[in-house]
Amino acid sequence: MREVRRRPRGEALAAYGFIAPNVALLGLFVLVPLVGAFVVSLQRTDGFGDGEFVGLANYGRLVTDPVFWRALATTAGFTVVVTAASMALGLAMAVLLNSVLPARGLFRSVLILPMAVSGVATALIGVLVFDQNNGILDKLLGAVGLPEVNWQSEPVPAFATIVLVTIWWRTGFNMLIYLAGLQGIGPDLHEAARLDGANGWQRFRNVTLPLLGPSSYFLVVLNVIYSFQVFDIVFVLTGGGPQGATNVLVTYAYDTGFVTRDQGYAAAIGMVLLLLAVVFAVVQWRASRTRDLVE
Amino acid sequence: MSKALRFGAALLAALVILAPLYWMVVVAFSSRRELLGGDLRVWPRQFTLENVERVFSSFPVVAWFGNSLAISLVVALLSVTTSLLAGYAFAHLRFRGSNALFFVALGTLVLPIQVIMVSLFRIVTGLGLYGTYWAVILPTAASAFGLFLARQFLLGIPRELVEAARLDGAGHLRVFRSVVLPLSKPLVAVLFFMSLLQSWNDFAWPLIALRDNALYTLPIGLLYLQGQFGSDYGATMAFALVNVVPMVVVFLVFQRYFVAGLTRSGIR
Repeated sequence: MREVRRRPRGEALAAYGFIAPNVALLGLFVLVPLVGAFVVSLQRTDGFGDGEFVGLANYGRLVTDPVFWRALATTAGFTVVVTAASMALGLAMAVLLNSVLPARGLFRSVLILPMAVSGVATALIGVLVFDQNNGILDKLLGAVGLPEVNWQSEPVPAFATIVLVTIWWRTGFNMLIYLAGLQGIGPDLHEAARLDGANGWQRFRNVTLPLLGPSSYFLVVLNVIYSFQVFDIVFVLTGGGPQGATNVLVTYAYDTGFVTRDQGYAAAIGMVLLLLAVVFAVVQWRASRTRDLVE
Repeated sequence: MSKALRFGAALLAALVILAPLYWMVVVAFSSRRELLGGDLRVWPRQFTLENVERVFSSFPVVAWFGNSLAISLVVALLSVTTSLLAGYAFAHLRFRGSNALFFVALGTLVLPIQVIMVSLFRIVTGLGLYGTYWAVILPTAASAFGLFLARQFLLGIPRELVEAARLDGAGHLRVFRSVVLPLSKPLVAVLFFMSLLQSWNDFAWPLIALRDNALYTLPIGLLYLQGQFGSDYGATMAFALVNVVPMVVVFLVFQRYFVAGLTRSGIR
């Protein structure tokens, strides 16, 4: 059949036409700026007029910048905690909603509702709930006899607020993916395990969890990428404070580029972000070459 | 776990999700005096529209709403079009560099906007787009995620169908229009609603690209209002509702498209 279906050159030409709008937009507004960002990272510039070429000086500054290292550590901590917690909670909710339960559809709609709420609105609701003078949460804590927490002025509670708000925002998505994964597991496997005498936990541990591997893999990748890029929540909820305790790499890059206008240095921070993202993507890709995500 | 226990757990989770949203509504319709009163209430003693009125009289809320609507509709239309066209080519046409191009396009998914914001801002300014809607629209109109979804979906259209139409003498554009497009309605809906939602709620790039008050979208306006009104939570929440309610309604009504789009991306 191969010879009969000789591909005329027209097919390739048509294909380039079809992809042209997409490729042009991605090229002009993502790839060209990416090259541009590298060039800017070699300059000292405030964004007005021409920059001054300084070689790798911006990268040298990074090494000795304690704010950068702290933001890197905060980003890593945030990523690990949010990914683990929202996946675990998402899985628990998915298992719950995959069982016989009244009003399952309604519960599902409610749990994924935060996905429709903008990051800014989510963060502002967070400001409202965690306000340490007049906030509802501290009042609730007080009402049940627990001590009030200084959510805004102490570093650890402030970090906890961005984590909690993000988990509230993201768990529904994780649940949805796990739910789809669970619905792909036939009941016969559980039946067989039950006949072999496996109890509920053993069936979950040895049947369900391994079969959810592809979903888990997909979720680790997406959660890590999203956590890395967390901006709206931190920017609006804490602004990186108190005293830089919730400053992550993207908010640091934004402040450096558009508030203090040290744009060469901001671009260098961006390059580190890019490097981390690429390293993560490559590691994940190698770890799962047998499990091709793109099909 | 017994059924009652499972129901209790699900109920608890639903409450944790709904409580902050419920509180937002309560605060939006409570008077300032009542909010400063300081005692704990589960509903406003007196339902009031004073926050809504204050917000609408102090800020161009209607114009910002219009900006958000215009920008997100145009982004959604462009994103659907570009994703469908390119997705079709990557799924059904053979051409040199197709794998490499697809890989690069997907790679842009892991790229935070903050990496390129400085030079993207310069390009947008250089093209004379700064100060117009297009500064926000064009950089967000091509979606790597949309392209990925489109290709996945269109791979499901049998090759024979496309081949048959080609043998009947139909050109590539004709095949796309009369064979592929009619079969892609669910895909179009998924792509449309997902990019609409994303664009409506987008924050990081519009924050940089829209310095002109008159062009603000709702999320940017929301941040601006918070900066002006500070801890006037009644006003902030009343305005937050203008941002949140439309998309929550759209999301609930067209839920199956969002769900289909997301689950299709994770499950093969």
